[in-house]
Amino acid sequence: MWGDTIKEITDLSSYKGVWVFAEQRDRRLKNIGLELLSVGRRLADKLKEDLVAVLLGDEVDEFVDELSAYGADKVILVENELLKRYTLDAYVKVLAELSLKYKPSILLIGGTLEGRELAPRLAARLGTGINSDCTDFDIDEEGYLVQIKPFGKLMAEILCRTRPQMATAKPNIFKKLEQDRSRKATVVREEVNISPEEIRTKVIKVIEKTNNPYENIENAEKIVAGGRGLGSKENFKLIYELADVVGAAVAGTRSVVDRGWLSAKQQVGQSGKIVAPKLYIAVGLSGGAYHKVGMQNSEVIVAINKDPVAPILQMATYGVVGDLFKIIPLLIEKLKNSLTFKEGNRKYDEKRS
Amino acid sequence: MPSKSLKIIVCIKQVPAVPDMKIDPATNTLVREGVPCILNPWDKIGVEEGIRLREKYGGEVTVITMGPPQVKQAILECLAMGADRGVILSDRAFAGADTITTAYTLSVQIKKMRYDIIICGRWSMDAETGHVGPHLAELLGIPQICYVKKVDVDIDGTRVTAHREVEKGVEIIEAPLPVLLTVMKDLNEPRIPTLKGIIDSRRKEIRVINSSELGGDMNKYGLKGSPTCVKKVFPPTLRKPKMILQGDPKEVVESLVQILLRERII
Ligand SMILES: Cc1cc2nc3c(=O)[nH]c(=O)nc-3n(C[C@H](O)[C@H](O)[C@H](O)COP(=O)(O)OP(=O)(O)OC[C@H]3O[C@@H](n4cnc5c(N)ncnc54)[C@H](O)[C@@H]3O)c2cc1C
Ligand SMILES: Nc1ncnc2c1ncn2[C@@H]1O[C@H](COP(=O)(O)O)[C@@H](O)[C@H]1O
Repeated sequence: MWGDTIKEITDLSSYKGVWVFAEQRDRRLKNIGLELLSVGRRLADKLKEDLVAVLLGDEVDEFVDELSAYGADKVILVENELLKRYTLDAYVKVLAELSLKYKPSILLIGGTLEGRELAPRLAARLGTGINSDCTDFDIDEEGYLVQIKPFGKLMAEILCRTRPQMATAKPNIFKKLEQDRSRKATVVREEVNISPEEIRTKVIKVIEKTNNPYENIENAEKIVAGGRGLGSKENFKLIYELADVVGAAVAGTRSVVDRGWLSAKQQVGQSGKIVAPKLYIAVGLSGGAYHKVGMQNSEVIVAINKDPVAPILQMATYGVVGDLFKIIPLLIEKLKNSLTFKEGNRKYDEKRS
Repeated sequence: MPSKSLKIIVCIKQVPAVPDMKIDPATNTLVREGVPCILNPWDKIGVEEGIRLREKYGGEVTVITMGPPQVKQAILECLAMGADRGVILSDRAFAGADTITTAYTLSVQIKKMRYDIIICGRWSMDAETGHVGPHLAELLGIPQICYVKKVDVDIDGTRVTAHREVEKGVEIIEAPLPVLLTVMKDLNEPRIPTLKGIIDSRRKEIRVINSSELGGDMNKYGLKGSPTCVKKVFPPTLRKPKMILQGDPKEVVESLVQILLRERII
């Protein structure tokens, strides 16, 4: 229990190293782990400690090279039949045993659905604090991990006084490093004892979902996003129409998802998805801190808002002050004419199908 | 029908009704006083599901929360919906708790109770961490099923089968009781309390428990017991705007499209 652990940790310096959980699924290493290696590299360099990738699975040693190419100094590898598929009980057990043995100072886990259920359970087992969906990290003068995320209209810096310092971060927040195939990580193989009875949940079946191209915002090159300024679900047809014209996916703010105007998959921001398209057209949304963290890395931001001091206009590449109900229909018409000329529509239709 | 009646506990939380909360500059914690509050929408789903399970399989539903005295309002709402009784953990010593500390506080009380199913919201609207459920399941040593969209109890009342959201789609998963579930919004449509429900709720038991009655480890409560703390807050940095267009809508749109084409953005 952490109350006891706090007292036990008289010497924080016995906790060393930056750990990244390298998620793999269906014989593929997930991007999120590689992205976390990138920020982990920065933290480890600042601390002058090792960056360690922790890889669980069955016959997954083929991924070691990739993990070192993306920045890991060391890979801890646990291979076991029972780790082939992710299960909460087995993964928590193994990660907890490894952490207790090696005492990492920092442990970063991807903010995927699975990561978000695994990380807090693991934190409770280790008796340590944890933060979700951080948008940046740093190291302070005392060597503590600074965990940064939005808080109200502001950003917060959060510290943790227990070890390991645990946090999750969403996919797309950090950019993978350039691969360096000459890097060679040391490999440590660990054995763990797990029995099938310890895995208390049993998966009976998985029903795979079908993808709606409008909702595939994480991979879209262009996104048209709408906010509460649209006023109603029906008015979102304006957004869809504009999206069709420029060949974009459709996204929105939490306010509109909460109102049922869009599906949860279309939410951009702290509790939605992190996107970084070439073009992000923000319509009738204010651009509060929680939304901003989800789209600030877009290459070009076009914002249409009637409030000249809306934060979104203060960060847009091209900001338009005006009533969206006047601007958007004109914009659709104008673009239709210009783009038919460029055959933009056809190109987009091909890409979508 | 399961052969035993189900003991269900639903963890609920009252949250500020506003989309962006205020922060107390002295403690860097959320300002909860003087702000209109609602029952966390995911927890309302949890209460509804608890009641439905009871209606289907028999048993009782207890709602529990940790928070300041005004949380009674949220508990009353759950009782009016049809929950059987409420428990409020309330003490100055509990204030400022982070997620693990909140889960610990709840766990001290829940360990004294009997339960087959514990329901938490997928996350709470003011923080959206979703940590308390998994923390709590671990502290109680029971299995958890997160992101539940549908749930059933098997015939002899020893297992649940749940549909839950995973990245690929939906996973159908089974676990033995006792189990902790975290619930998604599309699990059900919560009922609106009837007048009779509201009147009945006044007669239902609400226990208020302070830290000395609760017992447990005083070093693990509240702000003091929390391993994480907000050290600093600062305004978000904004990218520099490049160009602001305003004036006649036709002209504005004309210029915008020209720029987008010229810069090869579209
Ligand atoms: C824990 C937590 C997590 C959150 N996570 C997210 C998240 O992931 N994503 C997210 O988006 N939000 C999130 N939020 C909410 C966020 O803080 C904001 O409240 C939300 O983004 C605001 O949505 P909005 O911009 O649509 O609405 P508003 O802030 O109400 O903005 C509407 C804008 O539309 C403009 N407008 C109105 N009418 C017109 C018109 N006719 N023409 C032009 N402009 C018009 C207004 O000037 C205004 O700027 C979160 C909040 C919390 C507390
Ligand atoms: N103070 C609290 N009292 C009771 N239950 C809580 C409390 N805080 C969180 N929970 C439960 O944990 C869930 C997730 O909350 P959170 O981890 O804050 O996102 C909520 O939906 C509630 O079911």
